[in-house]
Amino acid sequence: MFCNSVAYREGVCMIKGAYIHIPFCEHICYYCDFNKVFIKNQPVDDYLDALEKEIAQSGSHPNLKTIYIGGGTPTALDTQQFNRLLNIVKKYLLNESIIEYTIEANPENITPEKLYLMKESGVTRLSIGVQTFQDEILESIGRLHHPDDAAKAVGEAKKAGFENISIDLMFGLPNQTEDMLIASIQEALKLQTEHISIYSLQIEPKTIFFNRMKKGKLTLPGQELEAKMFETLIRTLEEKGFNHYEISNFAKPGFESRHNSLYWQNEPYYGFGAGSHGYIYGQRVVNSGPINKYIQRVNNRGHACTATHQVSITEAIEEEMFLGLRMKQGVNKRHFYEKFGRPLNSLYNRTIKDLKQKGLLYEDEDRLALTHEGLFLGNDVFSSFLLG
Amino acid sequence: MSENTNNRQSRIRNFSIIAHIDHGKSTLADRILETTSALTKREMKAQMLDAMDLERERGITIKLNAVQLNYKAKDGETYIFHLIDTPGHVDFTYEVSRSLAACEGALLIVDAAQGIEAQTLANVYLALENDLEIIPVINKIDLPNAEPERVRQEIEDVIGLDASDSVLASAKAGIGINDILEQIVEKVPSPQGDPNAPLKALIFDSMYDPYRGVVAYIRIVEGTVRVGDKIKMMATNKTFEVIELGVSTPKIVMKDELSVGDVGFLTASIKNVKDVHVGDTITNAIKPAAEQLPGYRKMNPMVYCGLYPIDSSKYNDLREALERLELNDSALQYEPETSEALGFGFRCGFLGLLHMEIIQERIEREFNIDLITTAPSVIYQIETVDGESLRVDNPSKMPEKKEIESIEEPYVKATIMTPNDYVGQVMELCQGKRGDFIDMVYLSENRVNIIYHLPLSEIVYDFFDQLKSSTKGYASLDYEFLGNRPSKLVKMDILLNGEKIDALSLIVHQDFAYERGKAIVEKLKELIPRQQFEVPIQAAIGQKIIARSTIKALRKNVLAKCYGGDISRKRKLLEKQKEGKKRMKTVGRVEVPQEAFMAVLRINED
Repeated sequence: MFCNSVAYREGVCMIKGAYIHIPFCEHICYYCDFNKVFIKNQPVDDYLDALEKEIAQSGSHPNLKTIYIGGGTPTALDTQQFNRLLNIVKKYLLNESIIEYTIEANPENITPEKLYLMKESGVTRLSIGVQTFQDEILESIGRLHHPDDAAKAVGEAKKAGFENISIDLMFGLPNQTEDMLIASIQEALKLQTEHISIYSLQIEPKTIFFNRMKKGKLTLPGQELEAKMFETLIRTLEEKGFNHYEISNFAKPGFESRHNSLYWQNEPYYGFGAGSHGYIYGQRVVNSGPINKYIQRVNNRGHACTATHQVSITEAIEEEMFLGLRMKQGVNKRHFYEKFGRPLNSLYNRTIKDLKQKGLLYEDEDRLALTHEGLFLGNDVFSSFLLG
Repeated sequence: MSENTNNRQSRIRNFSIIAHIDHGKSTLADRILETTSALTKREMKAQMLDAMDLERERGITIKLNAVQLNYKAKDGETYIFHLIDTPGHVDFTYEVSRSLAACEGALLIVDAAQGIEAQTLANVYLALENDLEIIPVINKIDLPNAEPERVRQEIEDVIGLDASDSVLASAKAGIGINDILEQIVEKVPSPQGDPNAPLKALIFDSMYDPYRGVVAYIRIVEGTVRVGDKIKMMATNKTFEVIELGVSTPKIVMKDELSVGDVGFLTASIKNVKDVHVGDTITNAIKPAAEQLPGYRKMNPMVYCGLYPIDSSKYNDLREALERLELNDSALQYEPETSEALGFGFRCGFLGLLHMEIIQERIEREFNIDLITTAPSVIYQIETVDGESLRVDNPSKMPEKKEIESIEEPYVKATIMTPNDYVGQVMELCQGKRGDFIDMVYLSENRVNIIYHLPLSEIVYDFFDQLKSSTKGYASLDYEFLGNRPSKLVKMDILLNGEKIDALSLIVHQDFAYERGKAIVEKLKELIPRQQFEVPIQAAIGQKIIARSTIKALRKNVLAKCYGGDISRKRKLLEKQKEGKKRMKTVGRVEVPQEAFMAVLRINED
């Protein structure tokens, strides 16, 4: 198995990011299709044991740059469990080379204790799931917190000494108007965080919203309004000095998410925990999703990898394009050549010409990037770069 | 020798199976093959007779097949059975009639729950016309909702057969199979005919084999045919030399000769399937028969449509695919055609809608060519003001209104069998389709035969689907060609983004033009995805716009969701989008999906 091979161990030094998945929640949001379960009656301690084993098995990581703990809801763990998690990371992953260490948090369960523990354990960045500042909408998408909780959470995080805070917002929510979105952004701006992510709602199978939509019981804003909202939010945040560095991400200069940027730059990363995805040594790997299966596998084999896919050169090139173009800076032609040994233009001559003609793509000597219109019709652009 | 031959002839039983789709014909055929041990269990693929994948998937039989079986009866004799399979769909009525003509008897399979259907009835009449002995079999008696007594009564009332000793069977459960075989021995007459008379062999099917040329499936009615004989096709006068004779058991067994009553195949280095017409008579070229067997008819296509490759570089592949299919399908016709919107393609003629769908599906599946199919059309007979006669099989070729003196369109006699609860719905549907009511006959207390004269074009549109949906699937349909009748028809053009799209033109009755135009532009709006710009859709008669709708511009489709490190999901989504694009044709600046060209057929769907 790859986990024990010499080549794998040598390749470790190139892997710059580690994602750790905590699949537990106190409440399930109506739109969420990530790997998650109600925390009540779950074998959380066994899970942490397995997680420790999985991470320990992966070896040492002297050159790791970013750590990201996401969920689920990492802060749904109780204080003791939470401390245990931080200690695992400290023991096996944390070292001087780390430049960013993010934990996702929900406003309702960020306690001063947890903030203190995080700060003590080297966490540098918090990503807080706020989603919106309208109480009635929060309730209708299945969130437990209230608008005040968000402000309080950000305030306490700052008090605890965090200087890199991101908040997540959403648009295109059921019954959300453009005014509501603007109001939410204004509230978010008041909190003076360094980073804001704004995702648009996608209805995914196996979610409460999906079932409601099938029964015709979900009123969504529709494409016109959604586009208008996107336009407005980009303008508003850029006016306030945020850099729109990725389709859904805005940062004050220097506060772009390093970890997420690894994904878009098509760089390798680890995925630890149930249902997590990694990109290791040219392979996309997926861990078992069900908690018990994950624990069982790690205990039996030292890892929980259930599927691997060797990424072909063609696929790697496609991914370089459709991930890279998500970023404002786009795809750098020189990097592309260095990575793949052939010029970008020779591969995609017709596609580039066609997309430029449609006004969706910008090109200069150094790079390819989405135009403003391309930002809106990104999927048309991305899918055009599939070679098959 | 002669006694032997006579003895053998007296032990031959030739029969077909008549059944409605789903009433269990293929399963019964399988059971018969199993019981007569034609196949060991290991060789037994479910539904052995339906060889093509497509046939098995759709559960219908397209090509006929004949099998020789040995059956040791209770009287101690071993009988030679020839089971001749028949297609069970309205498009292939003529082929059914020829395969029935090759038999002396037929098993009539009726579903014990559903009773007799229109198509079954039509085929029973064909069998009776051919003087066949009919053995009724009430199948699926093991189903909880089976009503064998009611169905028995129905067979007596509706067809007038004595059904008192019909076999109660379940092909699936293996019930009644031996009774069926015994009844075949007892009731089906042995073939009559003189093995020494001049040869008369009925062609009831043919197929093309790349190594052997055309394989003709034949029934010897008179005389004997031997390997090396010079033979003549009586309809075309073409002569050939017999290379191979044989039977299928269903394994191929070669023979030196076939004689009266035998059902088998013949090859003679025949290169072109069009030389072997179903229904034609093969005779000996040196000692020919005086006259051919009765009932021969040349098949003419009833339904036409355009077939175009989505990827125009595949035009030659499409031509090759049609050439290959034509080898096996004498009813398929095609000729090159050009469309402004779709480029180079072919106008193809088919026996009916099912035939069309099958060909289209085979091209996509077996030859891997993505197709655009235009809406089917019938042949319109047009007299111009200049006194010219035109046959128009493509709506876009219809002359200008001012040049037309008169238009005639084909009409059919449609027989619809339905439970009487749905009589109202059926009549309403037929009236909406410009039908003339002819007759209504109660077949039994709650089953009715309704007869209408209808324009074929209305049946071709979406009649069958609508009939099924308005009668919860209970009604069945059969139709036969009546002839042409004058009609007040107009050509309707469809404009996308201001451009006339010839492939979307259609011919409609002027009284229904507004209604249909409105429905089509709405349907197109639904089927054509948003583009980067707004796309108006218009329906026009001549210069006059009669309906309009608009596809709004695409505003946002970017995936703005956090998928974490799960790249494969992003990839799948993009791949799906790209796949969809591949199945679209760019017409002007508009990307139009395949289905849109068939929109006219789908206007009544939700």
